[in-house]
This record gives sequence, C-alpha cells and structure tokens, in this order.
Amino acid sequence: MEDWGIKEISNLLRENKISSLEITTHYLQQIKQKNPEINAFITVDETRTLAQAKLADERIQKGEGDIFTGIPIAQTDIFCAEDWLTSCGSKMLHNFVAPYDATVVKQFNDVGAVNLGKTNMDEFAMGSSNETSYFGAVKNPWDLTRVPGGSSGGSAAAIAARMCPGATATDTGGSIRQPASLCGLTGLKPTYGLVSRYGMIAFASSLDQAGPMAKSSEDCAMMMNVMAGYDVKDSTSIDHKKEDYTKNIDQPIDGLKIGLPKEFFAEGLDHNVAKVIESAIDQYKKLGATIVDVSLPNTNLSIPVYYVLAPAEASSNLSRYDGVRFGYRTNQYDDLMDMYCKTRQEGFGDEVKRRILIGTYVLSAGYYDAYYLKAQQIRHLISEDFKKAFQVCDVIMGPTAPSTAFKANEKIDDPVTMYLQDIFTISTNLAGLPGMSIPAGSVNELPVGLQIIGNYFSEGLMLNVAHQFQKMTDWHKAVPQGLLS
Amino acid sequence: MSITHDEIKKIAHLARIKITEEEADATLKKLSGILNLIEDMKKVDTTNIAPMSHAQAVTQRLREDVVTEKNQREKLQKIAPEVSKGLYIVPQVIE
Repeated sequence: MEDWGIKEISNLLRENKISSLEITTHYLQQIKQKNPEINAFITVDETRTLAQAKLADERIQKGEGDIFTGIPIAQTDIFCAEDWLTSCGSKMLHNFVAPYDATVVKQFNDVGAVNLGKTNMDEFAMGSSNETSYFGAVKNPWDLTRVPGGSSGGSAAAIAARMCPGATATDTGGSIRQPASLCGLTGLKPTYGLVSRYGMIAFASSLDQAGPMAKSSEDCAMMMNVMAGYDVKDSTSIDHKKEDYTKNIDQPIDGLKIGLPKEFFAEGLDHNVAKVIESAIDQYKKLGATIVDVSLPNTNLSIPVYYVLAPAEASSNLSRYDGVRFGYRTNQYDDLMDMYCKTRQEGFGDEVKRRILIGTYVLSAGYYDAYYLKAQQIRHLISEDFKKAFQVCDVIMGPTAPSTAFKANEKIDDPVTMYLQDIFTISTNLAGLPGMSIPAGSVNELPVGLQIIGNYFSEGLMLNVAHQFQKMTDWHKAVPQGLLS
Repeated sequence: MSITHDEIKKIAHLARIKITEEEADATLKKLSGILNLIEDMKKVDTTNIAPMSHAQAVTQRLREDVVTEKNQREKLQKIAPEVSKGLYIVPQVIE
C-alpha cells in the first residue's frame, strides 16, 4: 500500500478506488505489526473500528459521505470516547471507560471518520518525552533508542511509523509541536478557544488546546475543518466564524513578511538545528517572502511563568481524582482522608505529583502574590511582545525545539532540563496564539521542525505558508528507515 | 527561595497526597530546582502590569436555567469504585 496522506485517501474513497474497510484493515495490520515495539497505542479495538469502517462505506455508497467519511485516524487518550478506555496515560484512570464523547471525538464520528484507537501520551499530558505514561514509554520510529517527544508522543510516533495517517493531539506548552518536530510531522496548535475542550481531560485549562497532527499541512487543514468550531459545552470556546482551512492553502505567498525573533536563535539552540532553520528561511525567501527582525524579549521568562501557572491550574484540575466517583481507588485505607491520600499517592506518577505539589505551593497562603499573580503579570508582558512583533510581520518563524530527539532516560531524572525542551513553544500557549511545526530538514537522520507562529485566528494563513514550503520540499514525506512496508 | 522537608510534607497534605519520608527528601531536591527556575521572575518589574488570566478578552457566558442533561445515574455509577442503591460509598465520616 502506498504512503498516502489523508487527502489522497479521501480522494480514493470518493472515487471508489478503495474502501474504508480496506484502508482501515491496512492500518490495523500496521498497528499489530509495529505497535509492540513503538508502544504508540494504549487501546486498539479492531471489532469496533472495523464496524465504523463498514458504516462509513455504506454512507459513501449511498452518496451521503462527507469529505472525511471513511478516513481512519487515531485519537489521543486525553479525549473521552464513549465506551473506550480513556486513561490519559495514568494509573488513576487505568480503568476509566468514558461514558460520553468529547466534542472533538463526536465531530470526527459525525463526519464518519474511523477511530483506529487511543494513542499513548505523557501522564495527564505532563512531559516532553512520553516517558511518564503509566502504559510505558513510547519510542521514536526514527531511532528506537530515542524519545518521540511529548506529551502527544503516541500520536506522533503512530503517524511517523505509518500506523495511521493523522491523529488528534493536545498542546499546553508544546505537546503537539515538539513531538511533531522530533518525529518529522506537521502539527498545529490552534488559537486558544478555536477547538472545543469539552471531554478533553484538563491539565491547565487556560493553556490547553487540541489540534491536528499529520504528515502534511493539507492533511492538517482537512482535520481542522472537522475540529474547529464553537461549542456551548466549553465555557472558553470562541464563537469564531467557521472557515474552510483548505480554501487558500494554494495561494502564493510572495510579499509575506516573516519575523525572526533573535531570542529564538540564542544560546541553548543546537547549532545544526539552527542551520536547518536558516536554510528553511532561505527557501521562504525564494518563495518571495521578506524577512523582518523582531524581538520577543521575555522569551526566557516563559518557562518560569509556565511552571507557576500550569501546575497551579493542574493542582486544581486534578483535585477531582479522589477515588470516589470514577477511576482508581486504593485497596486499603483507614478512613476517608487516608483513602484520598493513598489513592492519589498510588494513582499519580512522579511528574504529575511534582506538578500538583508545585501548584499547591504557589497557590498556598502567603505565596499567591509572589508566584501566581506575578506569573500572570509577566504572561501579560509576553503577550504584549507578540502583539508588537505582529505589527511588523505576518508570521513568526524559528525552531520548534532546541534539539533533535534525545535519548530515552537522558532527561527524565532532571525536570528542569526536560522543561527547557519547550523554551520556544511555551510562549505561544501563554499568549493563546496558534503555533505550528513542519518538517524542515534533518540532523544525523533525525527530523528537525520549523515553527510557524501566527496571529490570532490566522490558521488559514499558517497552513498556506506551510503548504507552500511542502510543495518545494520533501521533508514531510520522509519515512523512518525500515518502516514502510 | 528554599523549601524545607516539613513544607513538602505540609503541601503534600494540602494536596491530599500521602508522602513517605524518603519521597519527601527526593521531592525536596527536585522541587528546589524547579523553584529556583521560577525565581527568575523576581527580576522583572511588574508594577502596574495587569495580570492576564485568559488568552482572549472574553467574559463568562450565561445561559437559560433549563435542564440540558438527562438522568444517567446508572451509566455514570457503573464506573465508580463502590456504589450501593444509587449512592457512592466512602468510609464513614460521621459517627
């Protein structure tokens, strides 16, 4: 079978050259063959997946199909999917069979997409290496001794290993873009509020945003057409006019002003990664773009600010896991307090506990102003930096991650070093801006991602800018050695 | 800014997470590193800067007070650790 993308599969389905059952069976076989080694999926349910594919075929035959009908994709395990195990990578939810669908899952079901399964992730989306999952670490298909990035590492590894053509993912501080970068994929974190958070297990509610991950920008645009939209069930969903993200994807981009923030090319950036990014920028010049120097002076502060705000919000969000109404409960306890404390001691992994403790600390009496309030003020400054930059440019570009995929176990015992993985991605979450990563080259046969940051609701332009690059380059088509069969 | 062993135990209790003496020591080391990172914020003058709690300038929406969900007690309690006669069971709290 060819290495098709979502767009090609959609065309073949509509031309009756392939059935959903055939393409779905193909991916299920790929999963069976490759997943034991990669560990990208937590749950696969062939019977249910194939039933969805059959229904999709019937729908297409009746001429009732949508452009997405019959296309198999994977769902990250952070999304509740009715009657599917929804673990969020945690022991706390290792037995949680969701009683309802997240809006994103429902949106894909409604258009007749097929769910190939639930992908692995860092526990409660906390991590940059997919090593904190209760269901085991995910391996990078480009080099099995390396991490796929995180927290949406399962979705990234699944696509890179060709176990699915696209997958949903979520991004609180870089969790779509960094794994996309480390696995050679295209991933988009939309403007905060554009995709519904209903049924998406909360980590840091003011930063969490779901988006698509696929091989190409065109495929991400097609997924965005399904995912984006106002949802009354999400109190922070934004009533933004529905857009067709594929509509302007082919527009020429001459005259595009690209802002390069000097802070994104500073210390900490691997010099080989820097070279790849510079040559990608040169490609854009050939496409008619002009380069503008911009400054995001508070970039370095985005990490401290994030590690106050995200844990603070997490400590509140994760207080719901008490062993009473759903999920894990400890076996032995003396009284109610003991039950709470042991359930949470045993149900959460180390990184999640660390973040709950930091969050509890910064919100505790006497520290609120010094930490939480201060962080919110600097968040404002970071947001203002972007506002200024976008006065002189259309998009901002730079590296997605400071390095290529690192070795498993290399950073897991040193949280601070791990946190620095997100130095270039976190600021867009704090500002609520959309960010994207596209494959732009490689260093020692490991993929490098170029980050594209856009102004609020400029996803259409960003996908267009990414697509123009992908028309000129083949990096997004590169397949890890030995994996295409 | 340094944090003590006792403070770790106190916040762990506030967070309702049981923690052993050894775990508290290991956590102390890692949390100290993270808190040092956070200390960088102190260098910034934020006088008169408004705190930003949300990415978009939106206000909380209100809706009509009407029933939108149907009763799904059985379905929702099927996934609970312990239920009896439609109630969630926890250790006795009142003598």
